[in-house]
Amino acid sequence: MWTIIHKMGSPPWFFRFSGALVRWLLPLTIALLCVGAFWGLLIAPPDFRQGNSYRIIYIHVPAAVVALAGYYVMAFAGAVSLIWRIKMADVTMRAAAPVGAALTAIALFTGAIWGKPTWGAWWVWDARITSMLLLFFLYLGVVALFEAYENKTAAARACAVLSLIGTVNIPIIYKSVDWWYSLHQPASIKFMGESAIDSSMLYPLLLMIAAFYCLFVVAVLLNMRAEVLWRHRESGWIQQLVERA
Amino acid sequence: MSHDVPSVSLIAAFAGQFARHAKALINSPADVANPLLFFFMVVTLFPLGLGPDPERLSSMAPGILWVVALLASLMVSGKLFASDFEDGSLEQLMLSPYPLAILALAEVAAHWFATGALLALIAPVFGVMLGLPSEGLLVLTLSLLLGSVCLTLIGALGSALTVSIRRGGLLLSLLIIPLNVPVLIFGTTAVYEAVVGGNWVSWLALLGGLALGSLALLPIAIGAALRVSVDT
Repeated sequence: MWTIIHKMGSPPWFFRFSGALVRWLLPLTIALLCVGAFWGLLIAPPDFRQGNSYRIIYIHVPAAVVALAGYYVMAFAGAVSLIWRIKMADVTMRAAAPVGAALTAIALFTGAIWGKPTWGAWWVWDARITSMLLLFFLYLGVVALFEAYENKTAAARACAVLSLIGTVNIPIIYKSVDWWYSLHQPASIKFMGESAIDSSMLYPLLLMIAAFYCLFVVAVLLNMRAEVLWRHRESGWIQQLVERA
Repeated sequence: MSHDVPSVSLIAAFAGQFARHAKALINSPADVANPLLFFFMVVTLFPLGLGPDPERLSSMAPGILWVVALLASLMVSGKLFASDFEDGSLEQLMLSPYPLAILALAEVAAHWFATGALLALIAPVFGVMLGLPSEGLLVLTLSLLLGSVCLTLIGALGSALTVSIRRGGLLLSLLIIPLNVPVLIFGTTAVYEAVVGGNWVSWLALLGGLALGSLALLPIAIGAALRVSVDT
């Protein structure tokens, strides 16, 4: 166990391992995305009330789910880097933040597009939308704080502290926004209907969620590889890599 | 001379640190008056922007007062550790044998008395100006007293994270505002509930819980953030 963790912390080993992983994961991600999108957008039946406009859930829901999970990945990497001072954990945290922010932005954007035909407005202050917006701000805070520090080791530690406090705060934010919304609730908006989602719509959705998880991992790994290359551009093993290529 | 055994107890160190910061605040009354003036100015803007209709203003008063209190706390928290960082006292604190979290908490406490608590006590005056019904005034003060503990601690964390960055002001608001959302929601809801005669006690209890939780957790994070800022 410990040897694996130590290996993970070594940049040359990580670079080789992640290269192999990406070579497998990238085709898998593309395949999952194509099959899921084809199934969800063309084969799955239209919703009896929303018609075809509901199909945006095949982008919206996976993006939102992975965006939330991404914050925890980032905070966990931050905790590892604070406690054990493992360099690669810094890199992971740094790499996960912009990907998570992008996914949150996709979820908000697709939500707005979906809201127009369903609710008649681009934006309503619904509990889930508001929580997502706050998550977006939390991500942006981490990215901006990292960029503001010139010393990147210090930047990683500051971001780790921030993302850990954010992790403690996220459940409180979600619960409080929920209460806020139920207290101030305007005309009730029910769009998911009373019935649970049918399996003919659920399977492509699950496939798309899996695809987005893979996409997140691939994006973070590619981000990390770029960062490792940049940090170690002077070192011997990178020179060897370049010569061999 | 021994460097390992502290010559004064932890409580005395806390009190000393508190007194030092309090003295600094007393010596610069502008720092204490500025947030209050800011509060006054921004509250004045709302009737000008929304129109003088007393009914609308009184229904919006809890939200207005709480949002402006949050902004006032945001405005002052950026400076919390700035002078200590510039004159090197933060480095002295780090060399001292006491936990940094406790010493930082002493500074935050002095800061809270001068800004948060003072603002909470004065807020009913502005509440009356906006036509907040008298049932809400006491709860406004109580909610601001409890809420400003959280606001000040979160602001201190933001200040500790950004104190070594040259233009940290805008960044500070990005870091702090999302974290302050629960405080704002609980605080405004408590005042609304008091105005309509509902159950405001449970909302104050939630705020109290948040304040205690922040008191337990945030000083540790503030200490860690100060170490990062000084080490760079």
